[in-house]
Amino acid sequence: MSTATAPSRRTERPARKDPANTTIRIRNSLTERIAPYAYIAPFFIIFLIFGLFPLLFTFYVSLFSWNPIGEQTFIGLANFERLFQDPRFWNAFVNTFGIFLLSTIPQLLLALGLAHLLNHARLKWANFFRMALLVPYITSVAATAIVFAQIFDKNFGLINWFLGLFGLPHINFLATNVSSWFLISAMVMWRWFGYNTLLYLAGLQSLPREVFEAASVDGASGWQQFRYITLPALRPIIVFTVIMSTIGGLQIFTEPLLVAPESGITCGAGRQCQTLALFLYEQGFGQFEFGYGSAIGVVLFVIVVVVSLINFFLSTRTRKAR
Amino acid sequence: MSHPIDQAIPEVLPTRNVKPTPRPKRRGKPGGVPWYVYLMLILAVIVSVFPLYFMFVVASVGAQAVTSLPPRLYPGFNFFTVAQKVFDTVPFWASLFNSAFVSLTIAIISAILCAMAGFAFAKLKFPGNNVLFLIVLLTMTVPAQLSVIPQYLIISSLGWVDTLQAIIVPGLASAFGIFWMRQHMSTTVSDELIQAARIDGANSWQLFWGIAFPVVRPAAFVLGLITFTSVWNDFMWPFIVLKSPELFTVQIALKQLQANRSIDVALAMGGSFMATLPLLIVFFFVGRRMVSGIMDGAFKG
Repeated sequence: MSTATAPSRRTERPARKDPANTTIRIRNSLTERIAPYAYIAPFFIIFLIFGLFPLLFTFYVSLFSWNPIGEQTFIGLANFERLFQDPRFWNAFVNTFGIFLLSTIPQLLLALGLAHLLNHARLKWANFFRMALLVPYITSVAATAIVFAQIFDKNFGLINWFLGLFGLPHINFLATNVSSWFLISAMVMWRWFGYNTLLYLAGLQSLPREVFEAASVDGASGWQQFRYITLPALRPIIVFTVIMSTIGGLQIFTEPLLVAPESGITCGAGRQCQTLALFLYEQGFGQFEFGYGSAIGVVLFVIVVVVSLINFFLSTRTRKAR
Repeated sequence: MSHPIDQAIPEVLPTRNVKPTPRPKRRGKPGGVPWYVYLMLILAVIVSVFPLYFMFVVASVGAQAVTSLPPRLYPGFNFFTVAQKVFDTVPFWASLFNSAFVSLTIAIISAILCAMAGFAFAKLKFPGNNVLFLIVLLTMTVPAQLSVIPQYLIISSLGWVDTLQAIIVPGLASAFGIFWMRQHMSTTVSDELIQAARIDGANSWQLFWGIAFPVVRPAAFVLGLITFTSVWNDFMWPFIVLKSPELFTVQIALKQLQANRSIDVALAMGGSFMATLPLLIVFFFVGRRMVSGIMDGAFKG
């Protein structure tokens, strides 16, 4: 990736002695200068129309009382004032973060542990294990929600049957906020733990064997090796997976929608498992309050930016500290 | 539980071999693998596969599978009866076709578009190169979902509500795909080769199709697989823009089936299994490439 790939800049300077450069100069025509932009144009055109413009437009719509069939009235920040006083918003906010914490932290720890196990040099059936761990990743969220709804069913679910064996009472997981977080988090964890295991395994395999051997010779225990070699080396991948899980966590929509088909888009009469994404959908496409729904979108955007910045500063600070 | 062959390799009989036994290619802890490693990995595999298996059990027994105590955990013979009911309840064939059509179209076109953009970013220097790539990276971190309302307004002003192009066209732009292809382009396509072809008078279009693309074709294939999977499994956007049942993708058909859950659980479970089966079959043949593709991508990223 040096200047070797950039004949356009190079050949502008006189280099008459080299016949090859003359050829390049002929080729370095107007079309060749435009060509790179043509290659990236499809992405940017589609992104402008269906990505950037809607994002900016979200900010605009959020300032209106906007009914898709009625009229649009500019109301300034009134949507946001209303939003921050809306207990339904705070309920969805707390649910989203509860589910995020419950699903991400155990999931990433589990993935780290499994990656460590899969990294054994003489492990047999290594490919089988890796492929099997990726099966949840190819299963859709909708299918996952349907089967987990059954496994966690309050009457005939396997979990409750199992609890019953020990004389424990049946749990209606959808009855309260916290219990429904466990149910939704179980789905999220199930779908992603194998994928994250593979990412960590890739990170582990990029470490030179010799580092561990040298550490063993110096008397470092398994835990010390994990703490002082594995963990720092995996930090970039860990930061990446945390960012991805955060963004994924803010988008949780299908799980609560399909897990309780009878309770619809509020996910329970008391909105026990309604997430921010589902609340946005409810306001936008259930109540047709496009302005209010867009205000939720703006809040989601602010959360994404804040979380990304925190992650960014954490990762650069720890890098400097080392 | 340690396998006897494990102990037979160098540690036990180090002097008998004149030549040292070849080192295992895979890197990891030296020495034998303790039995508990297998135990825990097998547990993880059971957890990974059980929900799919359970779908099939319920789909092949019928709704009575879930009401029996203890729960029935082995399949029965009614799968085709349940499948027939799924086809009778929703236009499932149409849904399968819609999903396949949308996923294949997006996977193929976007893999090519991403390869082109990745090629430009990795191998062609042009003013604005870095800034534009930074924009691509930034778009990866903003979930498209938060602006669904304006997206819907745009789609509806184009008159695309309740059409498949409402899913296909926005799906063609993939920041992740560009990032992915750029990584592969810059690590696997040699600059010398590009330079040599330039000297021979190739233009950048020929460079792309003649040199760069053939080299990164495996990576583009894996990208296509990942895209196919994620489009096949996508729920929210198709759920918002598709209105008529004959245009539904399988995931939206599943929602219809799930709405009948209180009447017949086997319907939704059977549908879920049937919606996953095509991907499972694909995965059976190309899963290894997908695994190594995902691991490669992580390593490069």
